[in-house]
This record gives sequence, structure tokens and C-alpha cells, in this order.
Amino acid sequence: MSVDQTTVRRIARLARIAVTDSEVPHLQGELNAILGFVAQLDEVNVDGVEAMTSVTPMLMKKRQDGVTDGNNAERVLKNAPAREDGYFVVPKVIE
Amino acid sequence: MTLKPHELTGMTLASARDALKARKISATELTKAFVANIEAARELNAYVLETPEHALKMAKASDERLASGKAGPLEGLPLGIKDLFCTEGFRTTACSNILGNFVPTYESTVTSNLWRDGAVMLGKLNNDEFAMGSSNETSAFGTPVNPWRANGDNKLLVAGGSSGGSAAAVSADLCLGATATDTGGSIRQPAAFTGTVGIKPTYGRVSRWGVVAFASSLDQAGPIAKTVRDNAILLQSMAGHDEKDTTSVDIAVPNFEAAVNRGVKGLKIGIPREYRMEGMPAEIEKLWAQGAAWLKDAGAEIVDISLPHTKYALPAYYIVAPAEASSNLARYDGVRYGLRSPGKDIVELYENTRAAGFGKEVKRRIMIGTYVLSAGYYDAFYVRAQKVRTLIRQDFEKVYAAGVDAILTPATPSAAFGIGAMSTASPIEMYLNDVFTVTVNMAGLPGIAVPAGVDAKGLPLGLQLIGKPFDEETLFAVGQVIENAAGSFHAKKWW
Repeated sequence: MSVDQTTVRRIARLARIAVTDSEVPHLQGELNAILGFVAQLDEVNVDGVEAMTSVTPMLMKKRQDGVTDGNNAERVLKNAPAREDGYFVVPKVIE
Repeated sequence: MTLKPHELTGMTLASARDALKARKISATELTKAFVANIEAARELNAYVLETPEHALKMAKASDERLASGKAGPLEGLPLGIKDLFCTEGFRTTACSNILGNFVPTYESTVTSNLWRDGAVMLGKLNNDEFAMGSSNETSAFGTPVNPWRANGDNKLLVAGGSSGGSAAAVSADLCLGATATDTGGSIRQPAAFTGTVGIKPTYGRVSRWGVVAFASSLDQAGPIAKTVRDNAILLQSMAGHDEKDTTSVDIAVPNFEAAVNRGVKGLKIGIPREYRMEGMPAEIEKLWAQGAAWLKDAGAEIVDISLPHTKYALPAYYIVAPAEASSNLARYDGVRYGLRSPGKDIVELYENTRAAGFGKEVKRRIMIGTYVLSAGYYDAFYVRAQKVRTLIRQDFEKVYAAGVDAILTPATPSAAFGIGAMSTASPIEMYLNDVFTVTVNMAGLPGIAVPAGVDAKGLPLGLQLIGKPFDEETLFAVGQVIENAAGSFHAKKWW
């Protein structure tokens, strides 16, 4: 499987990474090299094999559904690039 | 005081601990000696943030606790912290521009445990950006330099990656031990490149809480230090169940140090034939055979084993790890912390921020991960890779069920290479560095790298031991036998 330049642009869009026109051919080459490398997996017979979902087979611990943390607005906002009145600031989202 | 500064910093963590407990040295003089070493070794670029004042404050408190008999297990021992661990009040960047001047308002569980036990923080250590790399050349702070150089050659070498700063700092006596993380070999490969010891514990042994995430089902924190015993001591403090990490396992942490001198008598050590790669350098083959001979001499039984899916571990890894990375790194959006590049709307703000903040390797992996998780490709790539992962784990399970206690392999396919030497290579060539280590992460097993010799150019080479789940003790016992036979390895100071 290989990707064309339109697909490279689509992936970049999905990944929310701006790419310039000059970067696209280079990225295409690199992505195709990696996809070529992982294509080896096609030769493995995985019929009836369960996909790994838990690295260490164990039951996830559960706890009471209750508030354990909070009221830390100042700490949450401390590293914000832009903030106002206790909120994060972003460009206008709704017209 | 009777010890000279270089004698202080040249101590193992265990001997420094004992000297502190016996009040032969003070935490303050020990810390001062390391602070001076760090200042004099800036050209190694091991530290990305030095915290000498904080270190001396911690050392003073340690001296007080040592005097009052309230010392913890790591009291007064100066450590370096990989910049992937969040440290409250101290800049943490994962060596990425996208985290900019991020100063955490919380402390990772691992580092909390270390400070609880009395350790002293010297500063933050260099690593590949978001731990993605095998030479530490993707760091936004530049590449740390390996304290080792080839005989008669001034060429600068990489310290390995991603924990290159940790390995360089331990090797150059810039700390007694360091924290590190390992997603595909990032503890064991740099340890092997610098003549130091590093263990990746079983997945779930150490909490991932507060560690900047790369690939959550593969990431595991562990120590790099000078000796096997020092690793056992550090892992003791780092390990343990943590409610804040649902994948952290709630089982007792054994006394690791007590296992160090157990020996290998009666143990069955497997030699996997699939690790004998085509084109493997003769020196690596020789080292591997030497390792097996040492263990045999010490009373272990050496058996040939087969791990048939070995060759598929690396390609499966390069689906699973980027997929998880693309999800984990979605959080860097220019809104809540770190770098922000303006845009006319929110999507452009995201795209510009991520284009400006992430380095090339990180972008490449996010894009691969995005692709393999995208609609129509998820089953063909991601689900298939996770099935292959099950097969890799079953390979190990079968061997362990047949009575094998641990597996011996080379740690890396070569010794350390030159800085920039791989700059024109394809990403795949760099990825091949992890060919012996990555299976361990895919199966969630523990693995330790122990220095075992030098190559023809005088550069250190390491052997790897792979253990059963949650049996780090056997790795310490077997590793100690190799260390006893091989001796210790020290770079000649030139910086």
C-alpha cells in the first residue's frame, strides 16, 4: 500500500499539521518507505488470533464514581498561552 | 572529609548510600561535587536544565534527616531526571519546542517516589523529542554527546536514544543514577552505548502517571545507573502500584537488591536463534557467545530456543507506536499549554502550532499513526499489528512454559555511531537499532542491558536479558553474574 500526494495532504489535515507544498513530496517518500517496511506483516497468518488489548492480562480496577479532585482553576490555567477571566482564549469558533 | 571530588562522583550509588549512612560523607559535599562536574561537562549536553540551588537545598534536608536517623532508602543520593518526567515547578519539555516553557503544577509518581525516599534532583536530562528516536538527535536542545570515543579518534558519538542524556550523564559521572523511559529500547540501547546498566521493568510495574506519553501500551519508566545493584536500588523506589495509572499493577514489589547476589545456579537461559541476524558483526556474535559461556560457568543451563515471530516485532511496532503517539500527541493544540502559533480560525491555529512546534521525526510518526488509524485502514494496519503482537507474546509464553527462566540476546546490533552519521539514512535504518529490544516492549516483558565488553575500537557493547512478567529479580541475579565476569566500563575523561 502506498500513499499519493493528495492522501499526504489529507493525513496532514486529519493530524492538524500544516504542510507546505514543498514538504509534500518528501513526506510522501518517507511515509511510503515506512508503509513498505510494515507491509511484511501481510505474510503473517493471523486467522483466529485475538488482537492484544491489554498488555498485562488483568481486570481494570474500578472505584466509586465520585469527585476526587477539582477547584484547581489557577493551576489548570497556569501554562495557558492566552487566558482571560479564568478561561482559555481561542479565535472565534462560532460566526 | 577524606575523599576527593572525583572520588565522590566516581562512587556507585550503593557505595555512596552506604557512605552517607555511615556519615563518612555528607549529602551536601556529594551534591556539590556533582554540581561542579555538571558545570564542567556542558559540552556533553546531557542536562537541559540544571537545578543546583534546588539540589543543595534538598541535600541539606537530607543531611538533617541523616543526622536525626530519619533517612530514607535513597537519602542524599543525587540523581538526574529525564525531561519526560513532570517535575513540579521545574520546566518539563520532553525536549520539544511545542512544550516551550511548560512548568508542571504537579509531580510525576516516579519522581515523587524518589523524593519521598530522600533522593536529590540535580536537573533535567536530554532525550529525543517525545522519546522518539534512537540517537537523541531529534531533541530540540541538540544532541547529547557520548562520553566514549573510539580509540585514537576525536569524532563525537551519539549516546543512544531516546534516553541519551540519562546514559551520558551516568557514564560521565554527572549523577549517581538517572530516570529513563523505554518504549522500544530507549533505556537499554543508550545504556549499551555508554557502558552503563539500564532496566525496562515489566509493563505495569512502574506508574506512568506524570510521564509525558509517547505510546501508552509500550511506555515504561526505569533507571539507568552504573551497576546492576544500583538499578535494583533505584527500581525499588520507582516501582509500585499507583491509583492514578489504571495500567499500574497492584502486586507487591519484591526486595530487588536481595536478588542481586542470588546467582544463576540451576537457571535455564534461552538463546533465541531468530536473534542471529543476517550481517550481524562478528564482535556482537562473539560477545553473545561469551555471555552464554559466563552464565554456563556460573552454573546456568544454556538452551537454544525459538521465538518465531521476532522479525515481525519491529514492523508491528511501527504501526502500534505511531498510532498511539498520534492519539497522545493530539493534546498539543496551542490552547492549554506550550507553544501557540496564531491562525485566522481555531483549525489554522492548531495546524500552525503543530507545524511550528513538532520536529520532523515526531510529525512523521503522527502522520503514520493518523493514517493507520483512519477510516478504512484501521483493520488492515492497526488490528493486524495488535494480532501480531499477541503472537509475539505467545512466543515468549511458550518458551517460559517450557522452563526457561531468562533469555540472553545482544542489546544492540552495533556500538555507538557518530553524531550525524545517520542523517542521510532512511528512517528504517535508524529504526533497526531497536531490533533486539523492541520485542520486549511488544510483549510487555522486563529487559535489562548490561555492559559486557568493548569492540575493536574500544567502544562498549551490551548484552540484554529478557525475563518473565514481573520477574525483574531473575534479571538482576543474571545481570550481576555478567557484570562480575565482564567488569565495569569507564570512559576516559576528555571533556
